Amino acid sequence: MNELCKKGLAETSRLLREGEFKSIELTEVYLREIESRDPAINAFVTVCADEAMAAARAADKRLAEGIDIAPLTGVPLAIKDIFVTEGVRTTCCSKILGDYVPPFDGTVASKLKAQGAVLTGKLNMDEFAMGSSNEYSAFGPVKNPWDKERTPGGSSGGSAAAAAAGLTPATLGTDTGGSIRQPAAFCGVVGLKPTYGRVSRYGIIAFASSLDQVGPIARDVTDCAIMLGAIAGHDPRDATSIPAPVPDYLEALTGDIKGRTIGIPEEYFVEGIDPEVEAAVRGAAKVLERLGAKVKEVSLPHTKYAVACYYIVAPAEASANLARYDGIRYGHRAKGAAELDELFRRSRTEGFGPEVALRIVVGTYVLSSGYYDAYYLKAQRVRTLIRDDFLDALGGCDAILAPATPTPPFALGEKADDPIKMYLNDIFTIPASLAGLPGLAMPCGVTKSGLPVGMQLIGRPLDEAGLLNIGHAYERATEWHKKVPLDG
Amino acid sequence: MSKYEAVIGLEVHAQLATASKMFCACASNLRGAEPNTTICPVCTGQPGTLPVVNGGAVEMAIKVGLALGCSIQGRSVFARKNYFYPDLPKGYQISQYDKPLCHGGSVKVRTKDTDKEIALIRIHLEEDAGKLLHDYGHPEQSHVDFNRCGVPLIEIVSGPDMRSPKEAGDYLRTLRNVLVYLGVCEGNLQEGNFRCDANVSIRPAGQKELGTRTEMKNLNSFKAVERALAYEIERQTKVVDGGGKVVQETRLWNDAAGRTEQMRTKEEAHDYRYFPDPDLMPLIVPKEWVERVRGSLPELAGAKAARFVAEHGIKEADAAILTDDRRLADYFERVVTAGAPAVKASNWIISELMRELKDTEEGIAACPIRPGHLAELIKHIEDGKISGKMAKTIFEKMYQDGSDKVDLGSFSQISDTSEIESIVDKVIADNPKQLEQYRGGKTAVMGYFVGQVMKATKGKANPKIVNELLKKKLK
Repeated sequence: MNELCKKGLAETSRLLREGEFKSIELTEVYLREIESRDPAINAFVTVCADEAMAAARAADKRLAEGIDIAPLTGVPLAIKDIFVTEGVRTTCCSKILGDYVPPFDGTVASKLKAQGAVLTGKLNMDEFAMGSSNEYSAFGPVKNPWDKERTPGGSSGGSAAAAAAGLTPATLGTDTGGSIRQPAAFCGVVGLKPTYGRVSRYGIIAFASSLDQVGPIARDVTDCAIMLGAIAGHDPRDATSIPAPVPDYLEALTGDIKGRTIGIPEEYFVEGIDPEVEAAVRGAAKVLERLGAKVKEVSLPHTKYAVACYYIVAPAEASANLARYDGIRYGHRAKGAAELDELFRRSRTEGFGPEVALRIVVGTYVLSSGYYDAYYLKAQRVRTLIRDDFLDALGGCDAILAPATPTPPFALGEKADDPIKMYLNDIFTIPASLAGLPGLAMPCGVTKSGLPVGMQLIGRPLDEAGLLNIGHAYERATEWHKKVPLDG
Repeated sequence: MSKYEAVIGLEVHAQLATASKMFCACASNLRGAEPNTTICPVCTGQPGTLPVVNGGAVEMAIKVGLALGCSIQGRSVFARKNYFYPDLPKGYQISQYDKPLCHGGSVKVRTKDTDKEIALIRIHLEEDAGKLLHDYGHPEQSHVDFNRCGVPLIEIVSGPDMRSPKEAGDYLRTLRNVLVYLGVCEGNLQEGNFRCDANVSIRPAGQKELGTRTEMKNLNSFKAVERALAYEIERQTKVVDGGGKVVQETRLWNDAAGRTEQMRTKEEAHDYRYFPDPDLMPLIVPKEWVERVRGSLPELAGAKAARFVAEHGIKEADAAILTDDRRLADYFERVVTAGAPAVKASNWIISELMRELKDTEEGIAACPIRPGHLAELIKHIEDGKISGKMAKTIFEKMYQDGSDKVDLGSFSQISDTSEIESIVDKVIADNPKQLEQYRGGKTAVMGYFVGQVMKATKGKANPKIVNELLKKKLK
């Protein structure tokens, strides 16, 4: 493996600015790495070499002139195939989007472009972001770089795997019920789901509108902070984006957490959690105490309703968000349909995978006449209770510490046939999603069999800076983030 | 038919005349645009796009709500109405469901046939769908034009207060005029910017309970609404009289055949699975905004007509004609402001001007004569410079040529009394026979003398003075 690919985002950015190497050289290196090592991982669904080289050349000009340099200028990056990128195929890893090439850039893609980032490709994911193992992809499963028989998690499996394998210095994923945090934990990397509304959703293919959020995945907290700074902020094209100012996230990384209070929720340490996962997370609590934080027990009593609540709300919103895939304007259209109903039915049946079809059916059902009140309306009310639990607890602590997943990464094929088993992977990440709160996942251990364990820090609304700082302090005192098998 | 009472409710969809669409920045309502040219990723439902509310459309809806006496809700919610159709790119329409922008209100209908206040139930905002074209040159293909997709609409739902097709037609005409007056809608049924669906049922006269209703669509003119309602009332009457039950269904009006036809039954009706749109925050309309809009409401037709009668002293019937079109009313007032006497101005506009405008589609907007120039022309008549007859000729010429000034040309009236007097004296002297006839009691001969004076003056003598002088001298 080329040494350049082992460097994280901060270092890469600095070296580019110092002229240590050119973007075009670095981009070529990454493209060769992707070509030689990705087939074993399958993190990439599209590699856009020509566009990347053109962008690298433009970035080099900018770097040479010294004008308008941003942290991402000249940095080769790949991002989840859920981001709409003009001129570059965007599929959401679904057959129904076939060879859809967007005629526009989403806000996040625009921001990256404006800063001169170099897009190397689009990353594999569970179809329409629905999954926890990246096994529900029209482009085949992604292999966990730590153990290629195991899943990298999902839905941002390709993103977490690419970051862990050194195929991109940092990346972006999306998180609706845990799709950044869970794969980050499974791949031993850092992943942040910001507060709902912190980053624009314009240009991410919608799954569940009231839950979707864009966030960074990288090999350390500093790199995540840089990525967040590049994409956060109000967007007039997204009516749900928050008009709050964006702080300097790097400045917030003082590493000093003396006097901070960390809450440990009793409901998260119940039966079913792998003992090694529990041990690693409790070990992290001890580290934080050593660093000067106070640790106390808190209670989030409605936690046990979270998964059921999520699996009503998210599919309901998805059933409407995915109605636009009707074969009329773009994407897959069934051939030879004799009339309209047949055209719709066949296009969608041929184009959607089974998990997506399942969720659309569930979502349609819970919104249907006679059932709306009992399911969707009730779930939204339960959601308020879950959020209130968090806000109450966060009134007395700065962050909540919990496991990110109940188990270490499981084997490919182990849970793919049992949706409920698969859904329970998100048991620790879903509550914070429902509450709209920021969640930071980071490595806190390695199991005896050499698999990564991740912890999760959940914070107050818009306190990404606080979370990142706690993570940064923890990282400086530990070595888990360095265990990523970059040569794997 | 008097043994049954018809109960009619109407749903009107009016396109708002905003510059841009309801949820994106595309130009809205652009006439004559080629298909699929005023579109963008948002209104064509591309993956990853999001709606953003057009505040201008909300303001227009508030205007309508206030003009019709509705209660404007401080908090209303946009909801998704879910169904599949090729002209609906997202597979759902963003509308409002159980929390609309306006509640209540009414439309006061005062025409020569109808004097009634029709209650409104609600007014809400929503986006329009695209257009399907089935005859675009291919026998087996339909085409979709998304230009109209996303254009802002208000849906105005009346109570079941109308009792006859005429009342329904008058309600629609009145409502349309209010919207045009407010400047929020073009109000043209043929162009599709003002659409109507009708609900009608019948019940035995005196019964309080409503009968089963049917809904009618594809009503493309006020006349079509009235004819369709008349047909449907009769059809339902025949069904009930024959011992049957009216089926609750949606029927399509076939204008060519003059009948309604079954479209879909209640069982086939859509379950729209309404839920609040999670991409949009609840619409908050603070009281300050409502008051600001209230302060900017223009004077509506009824109030304007009353003011014309009181301030300008014109007849009620004439005031009604002038105020029917707001732009015509404005034109009239500008003519008066430019110095023409109000009643004369009103007469000129109603007779001469409206005759010229009769066959145009754009109405007063097509008139090439500026209000100031019409006022000038009328003032020349008052001053005696030209006769009324001369003025009519000049007016027609000005209208034809589109000329930019009042050119009296060779027209000039002789109003010098002594000049006319000498001509009158000569004419009387030259026609002794007629003078004797007149003095003998044949007063109609006056017309001959007037004609002779006019001939001698080449039509330029001031007719009023000629008549006065002749009356004096023929005695």
